[in-house]
Amino acid sequence: MIKEIREPLIFEISAAGKRAAELPALDVPETKSLLAGVPLRAELEDFPEVSETEITRHFTRLSQKNYCVDLGLYPLGSCTMKYNPKVNERLSAHPAFAASHPLASEDLVQGNLEVLKKLEVFLCEIAGMDAFTLHPAAGAHGELVGMMLIRAALEARGNARKYVLIPDSAHGTNPSSAHICGYTVREIKSNDKGTIDLASLEAAMTDEVAALMVTNPNTLGVFESDICRIAEIVHAKGGLVYMDGANMNALTGIVRPGDMGVDVLHINLHKTFSTPHGGGGPGSGPVGVKKELAPFLPVPVIAEKAGRYVLDFDRPRSIGRIRAHFGHFSVIVRALCYILSLGPRGVREIAEFAVLNANYIRKSLEGEYHLKYTTASMHECVFSDKLQKEHGVTNLDIAKRLIDYGVHPPTMSFPLIVQGALMIEPTETESRRDLDIFIDAMKAIAREAKEAPEILKAAPHVTYVSRLDEVAAAKFPVLRWEKKA
Amino acid sequence: MSYLSLSDKDKKEMLAAAGVAKIDDLFCCIPEAVRLRRPLDLPAAQSELELVRTIEAIGRKNSAAGHLAFLGGGAYEHFIPTVVDSLSSRGEFVSPYTPYQPEVSQGTLQVIFEFQTLICQLTGLDIANASLYDGSTGTAEAVLMAQRITARNKVVLSRGLHPQFREVVRTYIKNLGVEAVEVGYGPDGRIDQGALGRLLDDKTAAVVYQSPNFFGVIEDIQALSGAAHGVKALSVAVVAEAVSLGLLEAPGKLGADIVTGEGQSFGIPLSFGGPYLGFMACKKEFLRQMPGRIAGQTVDKDGRRGFVLTLSTREQHIRRERATSNICTNQALCALRATIFMETLGKQGLREMARQNAQKSAYAAGRLGAVPGVKKRFTGPSFNEFVVELAKPWPAVDAGLKAKGLIGGYGLEPAYPELKNAALVCVTEMRTKNEIDRLAQALQEVLS
Repeated sequence: MIKEIREPLIFEISAAGKRAAELPALDVPETKSLLAGVPLRAELEDFPEVSETEITRHFTRLSQKNYCVDLGLYPLGSCTMKYNPKVNERLSAHPAFAASHPLASEDLVQGNLEVLKKLEVFLCEIAGMDAFTLHPAAGAHGELVGMMLIRAALEARGNARKYVLIPDSAHGTNPSSAHICGYTVREIKSNDKGTIDLASLEAAMTDEVAALMVTNPNTLGVFESDICRIAEIVHAKGGLVYMDGANMNALTGIVRPGDMGVDVLHINLHKTFSTPHGGGGPGSGPVGVKKELAPFLPVPVIAEKAGRYVLDFDRPRSIGRIRAHFGHFSVIVRALCYILSLGPRGVREIAEFAVLNANYIRKSLEGEYHLKYTTASMHECVFSDKLQKEHGVTNLDIAKRLIDYGVHPPTMSFPLIVQGALMIEPTETESRRDLDIFIDAMKAIAREAKEAPEILKAAPHVTYVSRLDEVAAAKFPVLRWEKKA
Repeated sequence: MSYLSLSDKDKKEMLAAAGVAKIDDLFCCIPEAVRLRRPLDLPAAQSELELVRTIEAIGRKNSAAGHLAFLGGGAYEHFIPTVVDSLSSRGEFVSPYTPYQPEVSQGTLQVIFEFQTLICQLTGLDIANASLYDGSTGTAEAVLMAQRITARNKVVLSRGLHPQFREVVRTYIKNLGVEAVEVGYGPDGRIDQGALGRLLDDKTAAVVYQSPNFFGVIEDIQALSGAAHGVKALSVAVVAEAVSLGLLEAPGKLGADIVTGEGQSFGIPLSFGGPYLGFMACKKEFLRQMPGRIAGQTVDKDGRRGFVLTLSTREQHIRRERATSNICTNQALCALRATIFMETLGKQGLREMARQNAQKSAYAAGRLGAVPGVKKRFTGPSFNEFVVELAKPWPAVDAGLKAKGLIGGYGLEPAYPELKNAALVCVTEMRTKNEIDRLAQALQEVLS
């Protein structure tokens, strides 16, 4: 609607004396010289002073500079940017939950505990696991908890071991989480199908290896068809199998990780279970385990006693507390709402149509873009810029040009095993019209790469800012506003 | 209810385009033996109206809603201006991903830049990150950061640090060869400086203290920082009640090297403990060791100002196992709420809110302290919480107050066995004089 929005920083429109909020006058007798001797601020130096109109305009204008799922396809691979149902937002903000204090005694929060318990039970059924904890704040936090559980279980068996095996296609959080849990990472090379090479795994799997961290489907969108054999190899040497469930959207109702030898996994509620990404969070990364690992789950655990829910802290083998309180509760409410809305058939349809949409895109773009691994795709497909590179065009140019066509770019340059990767995950909630807009744009860009590559190099052309200098940002960091001297 | 958008015709044509006869054929790569051949055991699908009824019925089982609460302890009921909900619930903020494509994410990125600036202003430090999960994990990250900076493996944790935060720190460091020792408090509720001096040595990476501490008592940050710096350890301040920063001197100005904490007080609903907002700020020489995302200012091809995520060579997607933290997804939407909150309250509003908290809490401490059988436990200066010691055991008093529709405080004995019959009482700007008087009256009746 408006072609140019220049919105200054709030500090640049601030003027002394303006206010956007007022409190009622203090209604208790004022205590003079309160906090005498305590260092107090003279004032909140440089804090903004604006009106409510200005606040509303500021954030509305800023909001218009964002692309979002509510606007169109957001095909970021392994991010599962599906539609976020509006009723879930409303219910998660219901005063019965929103005003609920985490230190209130359990008899006063039976509804909250029921929400938590219900989602745990549903996730156990969907993932085929024996127990779930909803404490982890995000996927990476779930990975850390999962690795702590593995360490605790192996310590209980007598030896925590030293190494964790991770395929070279894995997300960066996997090695980082294993490291923070005190393990040394050993990388497993992928084979020419893009999956775990069984011979390499067998060679690497010694009795000093604690676990394999596997993403299934992996970050290429390829299902590890040998998963049962993989689990056998790891288990035979006394190791455990951790599954990164970031790509669970391909599996719901079709196959359960717990049925294919997985001992521990995390699920991203902000991916598979439709809770919004919020421009980078909050997420939620529940962790599911098999029976052997259940005693080690973080405290508190929700238990049922005489028809009431209680918080069980008496867990002597627990890894301890991994976050204050009970997880990202309002995110958990949203995920519960989603599962209740969909029911058993609907949860299966998540995977069915996520995979159909991805394969529709893949077939439509094959030939136009290079596909390094031609193994069957699940919920996402990974093309590369190999064909366009011949014309000097990179995946970055393709991504930026997509913006001109009104579509968000796919995930770029990941997984690392595909040079110039364009990783595309449409999710199940997309209409054919939106899929076709994306496909047509990708085809047009492939033509432009041959005929007019300079258009791509200069893209995007329609945004409020043109291509931003990320190198300068890192070289000369300006990380906050400061008043001009 | 279904959120699919394909017609039957679309499905048929797309299956044909994908080169398969039926949906099931798309899953041929999954071994037959492990395929689930039954429907999931989940409740039948519900329409929106049924869902609303189901969830509201569960919500009604939360009887806490009917009580007047004086609970704090790291989660605070504060006034949230309507603009916070209204603006933060816009789809343009709620439904994007992390701003990896800056040209179509300038809204989110500018918000992060403003958030970082506000956190720097409040903490008195040079740089801040884009957020961490919450105050407890922020504290754990600060401990790990101090370990990396000093290459030392011992941290001193104040016993006045939130008990759950201490537990989380211990869980995080368990496998990393870091030792945590605790320093107790004196009769004023502040860290026992003598005891601290005896614990500090050349192996100490950091002194980690909360101010106002879990008892609501304001620590002497200058003295604690001096003690830490005396052995070349870092001074790490944890702020669990962010509103206090509106009135108290910035910890960075008093010597803190890292300030981390919980930003829930800034416009984020209590919501049974989450999602909340971890924040972290530090001196600029520690920039390379900072965990989490950071937004920075740059220019576009045409010289216009813009914002990007930057310095990502610290992060897991580049550095993998050598990253400063494994954090990826953070609390962006909560940071947005906090930014709207801080900018709406503004220079005068945040200070006034903090002043009213201190004043009302002082009034309440006076009123409750005058009730026979109630004694204020600590003599140190406090912000909006204080500890009372009661003539009767807390569970009995608590039950008596609940029967009168009040949650009078948080019993401290489970976390602090040495604090017999003690409870933590919190009074924010949300409690009126009448409500405080009602608590005093009820307490008198319960104790008599």
